[in-house]
Amino acid sequence: MSTTSTSDRPDTGRRAGELTFRELLRWVWRQLTSMRTALVLLLLLALAAVPGSIIPQEGVDALRTTQWQEQHPDLTPVYERLGLFDVYGSPWFASIYVLLMVSLVGCIIPRTWKHVASLRAAPPRAPRNLARLPDHASYRTDEDVDAVLERARQVLKRRRYRVRPSDEGDAAVSSERGYLREVGNLVFHLSVIVVLVGFGVGSMFGYKGGVILPVGQGFSNNLTQYDDFNPGSFFTGDDMEPFCFTVDDFDVEWLLDGPRAGMSRGFSADTRYQVDCTGADQSEEKDYDLRVNHPLAIGDTEVFLIGHGYAPVITVRDGNGDVVTTGPTVFLPQDQSLFSFGVVKSAYAATGQVGLEGVLYPTFMLDQNGDPQNLMGELNNPLISMLVYTGDLGLDSGEPQSLYILKKDGAEPVQNEDGTPLRLDMQVGDTVQLPDGLGSVTFEGIQEWNRLQISKTPAKFVTLAGVVLALLGLLGSLFIRPRRLWVRARVVDGETLVEVAALDRSGGGDVTTEIDEVVAALRGDSPAKENP
Amino acid sequence: MTNASWETLSNQAIAVCGVVYFLALLSHLIEWSALRKLPLSVGSVPVAATRTSSAGAAGGSTTAVLDEPEVDEDAERRTNLFGRLGLLLTVIAVAVHLVGLVGRGMAADPNRVPWGNMYEFTISGSFCVALLYLVLYRKFSLAWMAPIVTGLVLVLLMVAVIWLHDEVAPLSEALNSPWLVIHVVSAVIATGAFTLGGIGVLLFLLKERTEKRGKSGGYLARVPSTATLDRVSYRIHAFAFPVWTFAVLITGPIWAHQAWAAYWSWDPKEVWAFITWVLYAGYLHARATAGWKGRNASILALLGMATLWFSFIGVNFFITSDHSYAEGLGQSTVVSTRL
Repeated sequence: MSTTSTSDRPDTGRRAGELTFRELLRWVWRQLTSMRTALVLLLLLALAAVPGSIIPQEGVDALRTTQWQEQHPDLTPVYERLGLFDVYGSPWFASIYVLLMVSLVGCIIPRTWKHVASLRAAPPRAPRNLARLPDHASYRTDEDVDAVLERARQVLKRRRYRVRPSDEGDAAVSSERGYLREVGNLVFHLSVIVVLVGFGVGSMFGYKGGVILPVGQGFSNNLTQYDDFNPGSFFTGDDMEPFCFTVDDFDVEWLLDGPRAGMSRGFSADTRYQVDCTGADQSEEKDYDLRVNHPLAIGDTEVFLIGHGYAPVITVRDGNGDVVTTGPTVFLPQDQSLFSFGVVKSAYAATGQVGLEGVLYPTFMLDQNGDPQNLMGELNNPLISMLVYTGDLGLDSGEPQSLYILKKDGAEPVQNEDGTPLRLDMQVGDTVQLPDGLGSVTFEGIQEWNRLQISKTPAKFVTLAGVVLALLGLLGSLFIRPRRLWVRARVVDGETLVEVAALDRSGGGDVTTEIDEVVAALRGDSPAKENP
Repeated sequence: MTNASWETLSNQAIAVCGVVYFLALLSHLIEWSALRKLPLSVGSVPVAATRTSSAGAAGGSTTAVLDEPEVDEDAERRTNLFGRLGLLLTVIAVAVHLVGLVGRGMAADPNRVPWGNMYEFTISGSFCVALLYLVLYRKFSLAWMAPIVTGLVLVLLMVAVIWLHDEVAPLSEALNSPWLVIHVVSAVIATGAFTLGGIGVLLFLLKERTEKRGKSGGYLARVPSTATLDRVSYRIHAFAFPVWTFAVLITGPIWAHQAWAAYWSWDPKEVWAFITWVLYAGYLHARATAGWKGRNASILALLGMATLWFSFIGVNFFITSDHSYAEGLGQSTVVSTRL
């Protein structure tokens, strides 16, 4: 047997079962493109997606990932090596879907040729004994064989069957329909590749960035203006469009009663934007009402409103009375009532660095136990409550620091005379003198900010077209019934015996009604058509 | 009517339809207990004649007549009566259930579709299960499914009312989109259909096991043949799968893109919906793969149903997701949903 398969080469005395490299490749290819392998890979893909939903992912929620890593110092290096913080970008996840794609292509291409061939070939001839097929019917009539067969052709053509031109000497009609099922099947599988390509292009050539923008401030689209920026691996800064915009006003509607009292809705940011803010020929200014679910599209880039919060305006003066920091400081919301956390850093005070760390209560109140509570997110009774630190806050070192974290390693809390930490509880307009000649802190007011997501996703319509195409193909492959139907007529005892049989090729289809309808059409018309 | 009275109406309608489903279940239980006394060929749920009726007509019928023991006519009448009564009660329950859904939507200000939180999703989903069962009742001869469907819908409603109930409330901002109607309604329909198909698959596995052991009696004896069960559950799944594809891979990403700036961000809810999709795709694929037909394919479908319900319940309760009020630092929660 081995001589036939390797006839083009002399037999080098290989052991039985030994494969040449080429045979091995062919064997691997055949295994890979088998339906069973595709199925196993599909299940592996499902399984591999699970850890990414349980372990926090860097790409999904970077902050939670960092927190998790701090809490699990032992597991973190192991997980990191396994790529478990970026499952969907990890090599092992990619290898599964790449193998799946290869398997899919390897399966689809031969099937396409096969289907093209079957589209060009005539439907297969009728089996010798139609009564042996599981679904069949027969009747007797006085008509002659040719008339029955001629009508059968018409009936089947009307029912959108492809009819074999002739059955070569057999008094039978062979027909087939439902070729679109396989077409749908092929389209579905090919569209999966389109989707993957579109998704890949979108994530490789696009970017996603976020910025917290105080109301009234402008934003122009370049890297330095972003708080966080996630470019795709092939994204270059040149692809950034030169637009700019300003949020002039921000409206929120607060629900004061009902089951969701305290909830906010109706976010609306009045935005002015220009498509091109660079160079001499600036484009004209346009207005847009930026809302949740209604992104602003500028060129191929889109701006999304995804959050809002408060930025207290806090001024710190040093012991000499000189202003060392002022302006809005963004506080990060901790919950839906916009109870927020933030820090103020003043590096260059002549009398020593001062840092404030604390919280903002938009609607401050004391509950019956005398504990501070935040009633809701609306600014009804705003209060900031901050601890004061002095010493080395690491502000001179030049190392990059988070805006929202105060480095307290080298600092000490400022204390009251009785030794308790000094806490500033301030309402708008309050000024507090710090002890030891450190200066003063003034709470001037509160500004609002918006959190905006800005993203560019190339090829998103390719991806969408791919999914829609996949759905159409899927519908075809699920609901089109491919079937073959045969009619044979012969003379038995002076009468014509007509046999009808059908085969459902999809598996799971029921062809009995089809046979009944064809038989009815063949018989029902016969008296009327006999004498035209 | 005021919003409050619509809400009361909705709550009452859900309670009433729960009671009616319970009566329907009772009625079907009486039917099935009477069926035990009857030979398999008679009663309100006769064992369906096999497709190749010609073979049965040739030799089967004569032996059947010979073997047939005396039929307890009283029991037969009882099965027919309670079978029909159960069906009628189910129809009434579904109608009242619909009133509950409409009332829920009318109670909100502004009026909206009744699937804005988990309670509403559950009552909509169970409505869908019951409605699909009625719609397909004749097409697929689903009489055998009656006690399971009524029982399941009743349990789902109880879970909804006891654990998930929530007052009618305005939608959070991110949910306020036309895609809520399209995306969630397709998810609800697919969930209902997958659940119904899952019942078929489960019974296929049970029936197959008893057939292998050679003993067959009680309820399973009257359930259609494994071939029919397989075909019916396949066709229900074949309907549900494109709808699920539409919900999870088309409308979901479109909405996600509008609200979250990324059409696919591997949020846990997305991941589990994707896993569910892959498993059901695996089921459809397995039915066409040699060696995987029948038992293995059915197990995949059941796994799919498990992940489907996990992506609805589990993700909301056990995993932080933007779909379940994710509250992270540095990100305010304007755009989270809970469905």
